Amino acid sequence: MIYEPAEDSELLLEAALEEIKEDDEVIEIGVGSGFVSEKLIDKCHFLLATDISPYAVKEAKKKGIEVIRTDLAKGIKKKFSLVLFNPPYLELEEELKFDDWLDKAINGGKNGVEVICRFLDSLAEILSKDGRAILIVSSINIPRIFDEIEKRGYRYSVIKRKKLFFEELFALKVENKS
Amino acid sequence: MKRELLDILACPVCKADLDLIVEEENDEIISGKLICKKCRAEYPIEDGIPNMLPPGERV
Repeated sequence: MIYEPAEDSELLLEAALEEIKEDDEVIEIGVGSGFVSEKLIDKCHFLLATDISPYAVKEAKKKGIEVIRTDLAKGIKKKFSLVLFNPPYLELEEELKFDDWLDKAINGGKNGVEVICRFLDSLAEILSKDGRAILIVSSINIPRIFDEIEKRGYRYSVIKRKKLFFEELFALKVENKS
Repeated sequence: MKRELLDILACPVCKADLDLIVEEENDEIISGKLICKKCRAEYPIEDGIPNMLPPGERV
């Protein structure tokens, strides 16, 4: 019932390890099994994680991660210098949907970008002025996702990419325009 | 959850601050609840994890 760490999880981890600084206050949204956050705890000042799945939060908690069960970052009133999110980015076809917690971990809604758009809408509430957000997206979300980021007044750069058999994954760094 | 976490949590519905009621605590809060100071909605803490999903959205 929990999304198993895969290529996208590894890409987020690699990007985060390059970006993270000792004085960073970090939030990982959609922590899943805790694969990324558990390797970052000792490398930053403070780390908090969230997930909407009751199974995921329990698994992450077992790994010693401070975790909150919530949708994205709702109910959290703090700004973070590093925001991490490996979102659900697929568009599941109706006949493939089970409506379970695993679906929620991979189903990004229409064009796979609905959850990412909700995340971008709420990013201002949790990203500090000079903060960075690392967002994993797939070639199936591109170029649509670039428009969505720019529309909300952020700038982005591709900091890492990973080619898979049927898609390419991108780690985007999203920041406030200075 | 660590007690200090209370400072950065808010009601997801009305954004107001929360009161903390502790049922079990050792080096962190194991169980209890968070209650919105304004709308009085309750958010349970179980196994050290606060559940900040609005009451109507919990499955």
